[in-house]
Amino acid sequence: MWLYLLKRLVLAITIIVIAVTLLFLMIRAVPGDPAAVLLGPRATPEMKAQLHEQMGLDKPFVAQIATFFGGLLHGDLGFDVFSQRPVAEIVFEQLPYTIELILVSILWAVVIAVPLGCYSAIRRNSVIDQVTGVLSVATIAIPSFVMAVYALLIFAVTLRWLPAVGAGNGFWDGLTYLILPAFAIGIGWVGYISRLVRASMLEILGENHIRMARSFGISEWRIVARYALPLAILPTVTILGVGIAWLLSSAVFIEVVFARPGIGALIVNAVNTRNYPIVMGVVLVTTFLIVSATTLSDLVNAFLDPRTREKL
Amino acid sequence: MRQDGLTQQISARPLLAVRGLNLDFGTPRGRIHALRNVSLDVPAGQVIGIVGESGSGKSTLAYTVMGLLPENADVTAGSILFEGKDLLKMPIPARRTLLGDRLSMIFQDPMTSLNPVRTIESQMIDIQHHDQGSRSEKRARALDMLLRVGIPDPESRIGAYPHHFSGGMRQRVCIAMALLVKPALLVADEPTTALDATLEVQIIHLLKDLQKEIGCSILFVSHHLGAVAELCDRVAVMYAGEVVEQGAVRDIFHNPAHPYTRALLECDPGRIKKSTRTLPTIPGEVPSLLGSKQGCIFRTRCRHAYNRCVQESPVEYRIGLDQVARCHLLAEERLVSA
Amino acid sequence: MVSVEAIRPEPNDAMATGAFRTFLRQFRKNRLGMLGAVLVILIAAIAIFAPLMITHDPIRIMVGPRLAAPSLDFLLGTDQLGRDTFSRIIMGGRIPLLVAFASLGSSLAVGLVLGLIAGFGPRWLDNLLLLVFDTIRSFPSIIFALAMIALLGPSLASVILVIAITSMPIYARVVRTQTEALRSSEYVAAERSMGAGTTRILAVHVLPNVLGPLLILVSMDVPAVIAVEAGLSFLGMGVRPPTPDWGAILNDGYSYINQTPWLVIASGIPIVLATLGFTFLGEALRDIFDPKLRKDL
Repeated sequence: MWLYLLKRLVLAITIIVIAVTLLFLMIRAVPGDPAAVLLGPRATPEMKAQLHEQMGLDKPFVAQIATFFGGLLHGDLGFDVFSQRPVAEIVFEQLPYTIELILVSILWAVVIAVPLGCYSAIRRNSVIDQVTGVLSVATIAIPSFVMAVYALLIFAVTLRWLPAVGAGNGFWDGLTYLILPAFAIGIGWVGYISRLVRASMLEILGENHIRMARSFGISEWRIVARYALPLAILPTVTILGVGIAWLLSSAVFIEVVFARPGIGALIVNAVNTRNYPIVMGVVLVTTFLIVSATTLSDLVNAFLDPRTREKL
Repeated sequence: MRQDGLTQQISARPLLAVRGLNLDFGTPRGRIHALRNVSLDVPAGQVIGIVGESGSGKSTLAYTVMGLLPENADVTAGSILFEGKDLLKMPIPARRTLLGDRLSMIFQDPMTSLNPVRTIESQMIDIQHHDQGSRSEKRARALDMLLRVGIPDPESRIGAYPHHFSGGMRQRVCIAMALLVKPALLVADEPTTALDATLEVQIIHLLKDLQKEIGCSILFVSHHLGAVAELCDRVAVMYAGEVVEQGAVRDIFHNPAHPYTRALLECDPGRIKKSTRTLPTIPGEVPSLLGSKQGCIFRTRCRHAYNRCVQESPVEYRIGLDQVARCHLLAEERLVSA
Repeated sequence: MVSVEAIRPEPNDAMATGAFRTFLRQFRKNRLGMLGAVLVILIAAIAIFAPLMITHDPIRIMVGPRLAAPSLDFLLGTDQLGRDTFSRIIMGGRIPLLVAFASLGSSLAVGLVLGLIAGFGPRWLDNLLLLVFDTIRSFPSIIFALAMIALLGPSLASVILVIAITSMPIYARVVRTQTEALRSSEYVAAERSMGAGTTRILAVHVLPNVLGPLLILVSMDVPAVIAVEAGLSFLGMGVRPPTPDWGAILNDGYSYINQTPWLVIASGIPIVLATLGFTFLGEALRDIFDPKLRKDL
């Protein structure tokens, strides 16, 4: 267990080191002066020099990276010269909005998809199974931002049932602002998870121990819920860990479409203004999120199966 | 214990009576006739063995009795009377109430037969769902039964998961579960095949003792003739989906009437008396079960086959008091002797 | 190994057509696959013959009124600059297909070479390359793409480069796994003992075996690439105006969503149809050739 966590930590650090080095290298490789880009064409040489110093660009390349990692150890992601605030402060201010969006999206998707997948497995080739089969392929394929713009057009602009943009104030108000974004992100996951659960459920239902449970006359729904689901859910747990990368990607689009705060909207703005420190901060935080989510899902997976739980 | 009186009452009628059972499997290549006109009796309190090669339909017969067939299976004719009621005509819920109460089963592979993510305790309590008793009563019964099947210190082991047990121990747990519900009929599908020889002997003895104690019938499916001879009262020999011969164990083993039974006995390493370099085999292969049902199913491998064997399927001929076999030769012999 | 048989050109013509016929027969039974094929052919045909189909110059402004509803003259209405939406949509299909072709093509080539090197090269190089592949894979792809665009500047070339880099590791990994399995196989050892060089072994034995599964993987990545291209253009990070592109038109429509629904409707549907068509087609190909492909990744 500890060895495993240590390995994961080393992997996470390696990935972040490679990512940062790559980004620094690329900043270096790009022609032009980032400070000049930031300040615009009418900047004086003094302003540029001052900004250089502030951003640490006057130092040699290796020193820049070393300073950055030194700061990283203290939780310092750098300094944003635009707003004159630390990058960490800005990123962690926006992060909760994105986490909230992702969690609500995946939560409703799982709640719908797991029973749907179980039902499709038990009533294989029924009308509901075939319809969800086609719909799931379709909803997985349709990009989330197209789904979002259409949902916005139908429910917010045309029908005016739900608020269009923003995040709302307070819990209940905030929830109504979450409905459309969470729908746009989650709908593809409903299809994906329901198919995943269906496939693994079918596999498990064909196993010998299920036949044994049936030989004792245990009811079919109890077999599915108590004997098969604890095993059939394991691939879904794994996918949820890996899936945070896709969720973060959709969150970028969804936050832009619904003008919600969050790190997706933050990085899009930062890219548009060429604000490298913020871009770097978001990349670091999201990479860290992904590595920890994968680790967490592996641990949960190992915990759910008594055969691997003892090794933890 | 509780059905002792009942057993005596209905002793004239067998506990399980399979009559003219035909079963097909639908496959992309056509319909496989896996069971062909199978008839078989299991009297109350007796152990009936079913022997045959792999693919002879013996396990299929066991699963048909339990109603645990795959979706592509299709019973085309026949009946399975259990305690006087036809299982095949019963609605599914009614049939399910018999499972784990009057009927239970032991499976071939103990390594995969127990749910890997639930404790032995929860599984053993779960299967007593037909009983109204409290959880602690059910747990106490499970502990009793585990001790009875030879699991030392069950109190400390009942909370363990299946992967904590060896293969032999798991099969003991499975036997404990199957007998915990005090069935009238226990179906055992090759329960010792996956185990090594010493364990096999132990498990056979355990089954024999427990059968006497509980007084249930056993339908014992095996390809191991020694195990059948040890445990069973009667035996049915299956070949390519047909019961070719059945009778009391002693009669079948000492006086086999069907050429296939004879060949099978000759091939049993345990019964070969002369020292030999090559083990005897039955030449040829089990025929494809896709084709028509006309003619004797064993004719392609039979030394004595003649033109009648191609034209018509043999009926059952009675040999002695309690032995029947399907072979045209038996009719000829009778003619000669008459 | 049906996949390899069917995709590799056979020396024997009769056998090749036989395999192709079997494939066609299986494919016809797959209704979604057929639908996908029809959609893909339709989209490709429109992209190729786009200049013949347009009714107006797609980038000339004020050929009509601003934000007009569909009419006989402007089949899908006009945008905020008075450009003809129908002509822009027709021409707009060329960009995603071009991006898919260019990015996946280069990604395939690089992935193939790196995978072969990892699978056949020394151990330390294999480990190093695997670490790089895994690093790229653990980045959130869109955020990584945005970071690179921040550096390279928004352009079509950046989009192609970013997609090529992020999709490469999976191909390289598949090639590596297969190469490694083949490397230790007996017939490669036999070839070696007969003095065959590494290049020959790679070209004759490894390449034909990995190409089939690889092409199926690529075909299944096409819808994702179309979505990413449209998405980046939607964020204004892809094609530069006034080039017509579905994602960019969707962005125009989003900006004017309170004035007219037609821009959003007209640009969203082709994106959906293209991703659906390629998804159905890719899934059908995988089901026929290599049902277990994705599982061992």
